[in-house]
Amino acid sequence: MNFSLQERYRAGDSLLHRLDPRIKVVVTLVLIVGIVMTPSAAWPAYALLWVLLGGLALLGRLGFWRLARTAGLALPFSLAAATLMFTTPGNEVLRVFGLVVSDAGLARFAAVLLKSWLAVQAALLLAMTTPFTDLLWALASLRLPQTLVAIIGLMYRYLFTLRDEAERLMRARAARSGSAANHRSGGSLGWRARVAGGMVGSLFLRSYERSERVYAAMLARGYTGRMRALDPPPLRWQAVVLGGVPLAALAIIQLLAARWWA
Amino acid sequence: MVGLNERVMSHHTIEVENLSFRYPDGRLALDDVSLTVAPDEKVALVGPNGSGKSTLLLHLNGVLRSPTGTIRLGGLPLNDRNLGQIRAWVGLVFQNPDDQLFSPRVYQDVAFGPLHMGLPEAEVRARVERALAVVGMGDYAERVSFHLSVGEKKRIAIATVLSMEPKILVLDEPSAGLDPRARRHLIALLRDLKQQTMLISTHDMRLAAELCARAVVLDGGRVVAEGPTEHILNDADLLERHGLEKPF
Ligand SMILES: Nc1ncnc2c1ncn2[C@@H]1O[C@H](COP(=O)(O)OP(=O)(O)O)[C@@H](O)[C@H]1O
Ligand SMILES: [Mg+2]
Repeated sequence: MNFSLQERYRAGDSLLHRLDPRIKVVVTLVLIVGIVMTPSAAWPAYALLWVLLGGLALLGRLGFWRLARTAGLALPFSLAAATLMFTTPGNEVLRVFGLVVSDAGLARFAAVLLKSWLAVQAALLLAMTTPFTDLLWALASLRLPQTLVAIIGLMYRYLFTLRDEAERLMRARAARSGSAANHRSGGSLGWRARVAGGMVGSLFLRSYERSERVYAAMLARGYTGRMRALDPPPLRWQAVVLGGVPLAALAIIQLLAARWWA
Repeated sequence: MVGLNERVMSHHTIEVENLSFRYPDGRLALDDVSLTVAPDEKVALVGPNGSGKSTLLLHLNGVLRSPTGTIRLGGLPLNDRNLGQIRAWVGLVFQNPDDQLFSPRVYQDVAFGPLHMGLPEAEVRARVERALAVVGMGDYAERVSFHLSVGEKKRIAIATVLSMEPKILVLDEPSAGLDPRARRHLIALLRDLKQQTMLISTHDMRLAAELCARAVVLDGGRVVAEGPTEHILNDADLLERHGLEKPF
């Protein structure tokens, strides 16, 4: 069994990799909000946004097409918006099982798909050029509560340990699941469900016990309920200026969209 | 105040008297244990699995508390008032480094103790660097903990307490799960830490023989023997009776 739990981060030392993570977080958030707020029918704006993101991908040496393809993996989630096709009033273009698809509906659905694809690209740009641990301190210095940051950090730290534990459990099951000749192995469905249930339970118990030991280890080193962290490095003005470039591009695209294509 | 602490710590002993402890499920894990470790002395706590070694060590900086018996560290009785001070004095290294290394990055883990002692930033950074250098892991500061090998994790686990500059080091089965080379590294590393009082739980008899002049044998939650490590290790009968074996 192979878990698709993996880090998105791609090591490198491009300009994008080296940019202050605080700036990257802020720029990414603004880009995503900007993408989502683009007027739905401003088709040329989508193309320009894509060029902007693709340019950033090239800057980060991530590959224009690779970023586009990876972001495509998230598209099935936006299928939830498919009902827009039927519920938006407009001229009929198609009938599916007696349901009317309107032209306006189709356009809105396409806009949702494009927007989510672009927004995922923006998020991926951040994730692929920023180590997770840098994201954590960036979030902390952007005033996300210290406790929340600590929880995300612990989750990140132990997710992989947990995955290894799950893999060990499954290997142990596989090793003991030989099948006699001419017999289907694994027993009945009910039996197998019980085994799987036991494994989940065992995984939960192990995690629970680990959490107690980790807490003890934190207490032993002076933790009293308040998380402390080192001060982040100072923010440099060069980073702020660099961060301003994509935001300026976004502003221009939005102005064009509002003026001509809305 | 600082002067007082320093005077008290000038004899950083471990003193345990008549300590008993029962887990909530009713299991008596420690049964009237008494033990003293002199300043700068290194003592091995040997015993088979389940003999209560970890339980005893967890008492030494107040992770577990028992109503019966008394514990004094560096002369201070372990109680609510002294808990913070004692945790700064006693470095406890857990058996499983995955429990000890809970931060995403090595650097943050080594900085955790000094930060929570309330030290100023510059001092924290200096201590992190020193501690990593002592365990020979200076290049690992920016690494992510879960990608390291067990041997590397163990050494960093030790660095996480060395950065607190404890006078007393308590290690729970430090050599468990290490390959021979990592084990040699560890023994050399611990041998070089001469300024600390140490209590090392183990069933690695060679480690005990190489590091500690004195050994205490624990079985079934009781101290069943105590004396020079050499004597204990040559008493085949005693070792046999308590599920241990001669090292050579
Ligand atoms: N959290 C716990 N709850 C109940 N019993 C425990 C717990 N931890 C350990 N024990 C029991 O206490 C005894 C001593 O355990 P431990 O101190 O871990 O031994 P050692 O470290 O020498 O192997 C064992 O019998 C063990 O089963
Ligand atoms: Mg133990």
